Formats: sequence, C-alpha cells, structure tokens
Amino acid sequence: MLHTQTSPARAEAPADDFATILVEQTDRLLMREVTPACLRDADAGTFPAAAWQAVCDAGLHLAMVAEEDGGVGLEAPAAARILRRAGFHGLPAPLSEDMVARALWLAAGGELGEGLVTLASGLWTGEDLATSPLPCVPWADIAAHVLVAVSDDAGKRLILVPRDAYSVKRRRNLAAEPRDTVRIHGDGLGQAMTRPWVAAPEGMDGLTVHGAFVRAQQMVGAMERCLSLAIAYANERKQFGKPIARFQAVQHMLAVAAGESAAAAAAAELAAAAFGTPHFAFAAAVAKARCGEAAGKVAEISHQVHGAMGFTREHILHVFTRRLWAWRDEFGNDAHWQERIGRVVCAEGGEALWPRLVALRAAGRLA
Amino acid sequence: MGLTLPKVYGGHERSSLERFVVTEEMLAAGAPCGAHWIADRQSAPQILRHGTEEAKALVIPRICAGTCYFGIGMSEPDSGSDLAAVRTKAVRTDGGWLLNGQKIWTTNGHRVHYLLALVRTGDAGDDRHGGLTQFLIDLEAPGIEIRPILDIAGHHEFNEVFFTDHFVPDRFVIGDVGNGWDMVTQELAFERSGPDRFMSDYRLLAALVDRIGADPGPREAVETGRLVSHLAALTAMSGSVAGMLGAGQIPNVEAALVKDVGTAFERDIPEVARRLIPIEPSLDATDDPYGEALADVMLRAPSFTLRGGTREILRSMIARGLGLR
Repeated sequence: MLHTQTSPARAEAPADDFATILVEQTDRLLMREVTPACLRDADAGTFPAAAWQAVCDAGLHLAMVAEEDGGVGLEAPAAARILRRAGFHGLPAPLSEDMVARALWLAAGGELGEGLVTLASGLWTGEDLATSPLPCVPWADIAAHVLVAVSDDAGKRLILVPRDAYSVKRRRNLAAEPRDTVRIHGDGLGQAMTRPWVAAPEGMDGLTVHGAFVRAQQMVGAMERCLSLAIAYANERKQFGKPIARFQAVQHMLAVAAGESAAAAAAAELAAAAFGTPHFAFAAAVAKARCGEAAGKVAEISHQVHGAMGFTREHILHVFTRRLWAWRDEFGNDAHWQERIGRVVCAEGGEALWPRLVALRAAGRLA
Repeated sequence: MGLTLPKVYGGHERSSLERFVVTEEMLAAGAPCGAHWIADRQSAPQILRHGTEEAKALVIPRICAGTCYFGIGMSEPDSGSDLAAVRTKAVRTDGGWLLNGQKIWTTNGHRVHYLLALVRTGDAGDDRHGGLTQFLIDLEAPGIEIRPILDIAGHHEFNEVFFTDHFVPDRFVIGDVGNGWDMVTQELAFERSGPDRFMSDYRLLAALVDRIGADPGPREAVETGRLVSHLAALTAMSGSVAGMLGAGQIPNVEAALVKDVGTAFERDIPEVARRLIPIEPSLDATDDPYGEALADVMLRAPSFTLRGGTREILRSMIARGLGLR
C-alpha cells in the first residue's frame, strides 16, 4: 500500500515500537468489533455499546492522557495513527471526541469521572453560552459531559458541562452519527466545572482546531479504506471480458485517488507532529483543508469505480464515503480552513511563507 | 554542490536529506541553479554508483567544483514516454563502442559538457527492457552535432543531439552492458521526487501573496490558503521520499506519486493566480515581479507535466504499484 510517512527517522525510533503494537492491537479489536451488524445498528440509531466498551477496556480513549493522570501517554503522532485506524474501520462511536476532549481537560488540570466526554466547536463567551445553542455536538445526548472553550473578560478557559445541565435536540450527520444541538439550562453554567486554558492554541477558533485535527486523521483512514475497496473491486469486477482494473481510464482515476489520499495523509501527519507546539493551529488548518479537499475526490472516484453496486446500502462503501462527506464539513470545512491559512500567509507576506512551511515541518521534530 | 558526494572527489558526504533541504531553499529563493542541476541531482549519483574509476575521477571532482554540467540522454524522436523504444545504437569496436543515432529534448545540450545517454547495445528481449546500456558522452568529442529547438516562449533550452560514428571508450560505459533499463529507472526516482517537482513556480506563489497584500478578501484568502495547504503536504511527502532514497531504497512508485501530485499543483498556481489578480501577463513586465513571474510560468507550465515522465506514464506506474492488474 502506498503510504508516505512524514518522517522515516521517527518511524524507526524504538519509542514508536509500543505505538506500533498498540496500533496493531487496535486494528484487531476494530476488525472484531466493528461488524456489518454493528454498522447497521449504528445507522439505525443504536449506539454500539459493546464495541465502545471494548474500545474503552483497551484504554484507547485514554491514548493522549498523560501517564500520571492514568492515561496511556502516547505522543500525538501515535494517537493519530489510532484515529486513522478507527476511520479505516468506520468505528461508529465517539473515540476521537472522547480521546481529545479528555486529554485537553485533564491536561488543563481538570478532574473527570466515568462516562463519555465530547466537545463543542468554537470559542464562546459566557454570555453567548447562556443564550445560544451549541450546534452539531457529537453524541451530546449520550455523553456525560461536553467540553466547551470559553473566552471573555474572565479569561480563556475550558468548561466541562455535565449532562444534566443541558438539553438536547437530536440530529444526525450524513453518516447517521449523532450531531446534537445542545442548549445549556439557565442555571446550567453554574453546574459546569472550569479550568483556565493556558495551553490554548493561537487564534480565536477554540476547540474547532482540535475537532479539525481529529477529523483530519479519521478522514485519512476512511480514504485509505475507500481506496483499498475500490482497488479490490476493480481487480474483481469483469466487463468486456477483463477486470476493469485493466482499463487505463480506471487505473488513472485510482492513481489520482492514491495521490490525494497520500497528500492528505502527509498533511494529517504534519499536524500530529506539531501537536502541542506553537505551529499546531496552522498545521491543523492545513490538515483539515487538505484532507477535506481530498475526501471529496476520493469519495467520488471510489463510487465511480464501484459503479451502481457501490451506490447500494448493501455494499460497505457508503460507510466510508458518507463519513468522508460528513467529516469534511465538520469543525470547519476546507474553505473555512483555507481562508484561515490564506489570511495568516497574506498578513505575513510572500517572503515569510517558505520559512513558515519549514518551521511547520520541523515543529514535530523539535518538540 | 556535491553535497552527497564523497570527500575524496571534492564532495561533502552529507545525507540526501541535507541535499533535499538545500535544494528546497534554493528553489524557494529562486536561485539560478539550472546549469548544475542535472549533474548534481542524478548524473553524479549514477556515475558514482555504476561508473568506472576513470569516469568517476574525470567528472565527479568537476561536478563538485561546479565546472562540469550534464544533460540527460534518454528521449529520442520515437522514444518519449516509451523509453524502451530507444534506437540510438552502439556497436562494439576496438577499445569501446561506436554510437549512431539521435537524442532529442536535451535540456541545455548546447551548454553542458556531458550527457548520460541510454543506448541500445543488444536485443530488447521479451520484456523490452533488455539490451540497453548507459554511456557517458563527451560532447566535445568528434561525431556529435547539436541543433537548437526553441520552446514556445522562444527560449533555447532544448536541443537535438546527433551521433555519427561517435566513439565511446570502455571507461565511459556506466554500469553493466545491457543493464541500462534498471539504472534509468533508479535515476528517475531521484529525478521525480525532489522539490523541483512542485516548486518550479514557487516564486509566483510568493509574488502572488505579496500582490494580494496583507488584508485579503475572502476569495483571495481561500484560494491562497488552498495552494499553501497543498504545498505543505507536498513538502512532507517529498521529504519522506528523500528519506527513503537516503536509506538506499528505490521508491519508484512513491516518487511517481510525488511528481504527479506535485506537478498538478505547479500547473494550478498560474491558473489560480490569473483569476485572483486580473492583469494581462507580459514577459516585458520587468518592473512588476508578479506580472513577469506569471508570464514566465504560463509559458513554461505545459512542460511541468511532461518532463521526467508524463503524467500519464506516472499514473500507470502508480496504478501498478497499487496492485491493479
């Protein structure tokens, strides 16, 4: 499989051995748990409790939590690999949300009990939160807490809003994943726990950056799956007396999809390497923009190669293409992030662009 | 120059990753490096790996010193993408080989000192990849005629090179006779994956950013940001292939992938630029760096997806690498 790694030197380092073992375990676990029945049930609105329990038992949701806080203490690039595998298998559960929200809250010195944690996009003022609903919060109805970023006169902070402090209007994305509208009760903010958010990334996007970061990783995994399904199908499906993989038109479409997928993976890895550095917000913007753009192309090509068969509910392709179409629009679509990148780059001027890109690529290695 | 080449020949024995970084910086700065480019990037590593001691001692110190330039002798009139169709022929003679035939699209052929040429020395065999050998060609030697081909901008970079009983001594045979196919394939991995495959018109992007100014409208910001997101991904992909080359691997398919995505990006920059800043490009616009860069790139862009392997050849290679059969 074509897969470009940002830094071969890193991949060979002994520190990555543990991560590689964990990624392989993740693969086996997801292959076992994310069955066609599990995916069908999730589509019908049933939370995959058994699969989620297995994920939690394996501690995958604790991947980015520091060891002293009871977590696995993985570096972000290794945790990102787990999220890509979750995308590859189509895990219909909130691993990415819980993983990143939990890690941010604990890193900010917060305390946390049992139950799912999700996160809301954006950076809010306390006043806004009291009056406006939080749109499209993943799995908010079944979560125990929603993590929200707040910035106003009282400073930049993270708040953890417990389930009994908000009401939910249920809504689902294109892949039938819950994206609920959350309205915090009049006295709900009083029930929320608060921590100063010292490590907030630069810019005014709040948790949108972190959501974009995890969605980029998931999209990479889903794109790799679409590509592998399309390649297998092209080799199998015969027309005019030969596999359609022999037709140059089909070969070239898939080569384009492979290029898009590889570029998206490179951008997502760049963002993972920059996690926790001053370059993270820009890197996450690059990752979400590049993955979002690639996602549309890879989904389109995968469907084209699969013909009418891939357009059926019966074939598994839609599990991944519907997620790609949903995820590319969540936590800022590609145009949103392209605009952010463009504004930063134009403000700095042409001569500053190259040094910025070099620093971005170097960020992960210096961290 | 000579960053990755041995110290004994005047090189620096640095890693290919270090050369990669220096190359990027030169391209980002718009440095004029065309003359030494091919020798430093692909000819010297080939000669070092496969050449005779005499050939190495003759050219590598001069490549390192920046006094010896190379051209590529692969394409022929009937052998462009289909490299195995090479017809320039060498026959055995006393102490060497006699060459007859023609190469074409030889960049800087009129300025360089040597070519590394792919020549037929035997039967092609069933896979069509046999019977090819690489030769070091001294362009000062007798039996060579070089004729210019002007490109669409009117510039003279391309040439035709004709061989008439041109004598190549045995010490200028590079690698084993009949093994040329594998060697050019390896050479192309160096040619295809570098930053020169997505940064040819980087200066236009930088000029575009300046021309838009510090406070872009939404459309300018979106389109510029999109290009930057592509470039950032490409620097990471290309760096990864450089690491593989440095580790002694021959990542032909990965290199093809970088070139395909990279050259699509290069072709995209002028198309985006012209829609954002409405000027009428002119090569005479020397007082306007943006206008001059746009005009120059517009007339060079078609070559980006041709040279070093056309987009179509690369996509077929990638498809094979994907396991389509």
